[in-house]
Amino acid sequence: MNEVNSARKMRSALGQVRGYGPAKSGLRHWRAQRLSAIALLPLTFYFVISILVLKGANQVAVRAYMHEPWNAVLFLGLAVCLFYHAQLGLEVVIEDYIHNEGRRVLLLLLMRGSVAFFGLLATISILKLAL
Amino acid sequence: MHDVRETLMQGRNSDGQPVRRPLSPHLQVYKPQISSVLSIFHRLSGVALTGGVVVLALWLAAAAESPHTFLIAQRLVDSFAGQLVLFGFTVMLFYHFCNGIRHLLWDAGYGFDLSTMHRTGYIVIGATLLLAALAWVVGFAIG
Repeated sequence: MNEVNSARKMRSALGQVRGYGPAKSGLRHWRAQRLSAIALLPLTFYFVISILVLKGANQVAVRAYMHEPWNAVLFLGLAVCLFYHAQLGLEVVIEDYIHNEGRRVLLLLLMRGSVAFFGLLATISILKLAL
Repeated sequence: MHDVRETLMQGRNSDGQPVRRPLSPHLQVYKPQISSVLSIFHRLSGVALTGGVVVLALWLAAAAESPHTFLIAQRLVDSFAGQLVLFGFTVMLFYHFCNGIRHLLWDAGYGFDLSTMHRTGYIVIGATLLLAALAWVVGFAIG
């Protein structure tokens, strides 16, 4: 039993005292990135087919396409997963390469704000076309 | 806080001047390999594709705005520059898609040995080019 416990405890006593190691939210981020990636596998195929179907279409045709409940739902799902996955990915990139803390926090806030803005723009536009 | 490795990187050159030695992994002398190049390109394509989702959002907004705005958007997409950008996004999308599957398989514990890793790397390159070509051939065939 003791052996199992010590095997599971990956952090040394000194490391714990000094506060090294994860901030206890790393797994959630990692999992969210993978789960959104898995959701995007079929959605990407749907997206590419949709773009091909809508190639050269006018606005009336796009509206008719989004008016179909299946397309509206799939496009909304695609937008949510896509922007969520983009945010998660950009977070990792910024955290990896921007070492100055002030600049990093500022850039993370700007990035999240921009992703939220364009994500909402896409979502509202799909809803307006669908309804 | 500075990188702790920097303490080991203080040196003096032949004139006795203090110099900061470069930190590992010395990208300027590192030989590009299929493993590292594909990994870097995964990030690069991911960051580039966030530009793609912004374009997608603007395209949808143009359609939601009015038939006239959408006409302008479609003209931009149909222009030579627009088509070039769109082709770039297609390649990036399929690359990120294929290499993403490779990453998911690694996460599940498969494909770690060197020969398999190299083989799947080349499969990803091949599949990317094939899917991108297929999408554009179908696109042209539709007219």
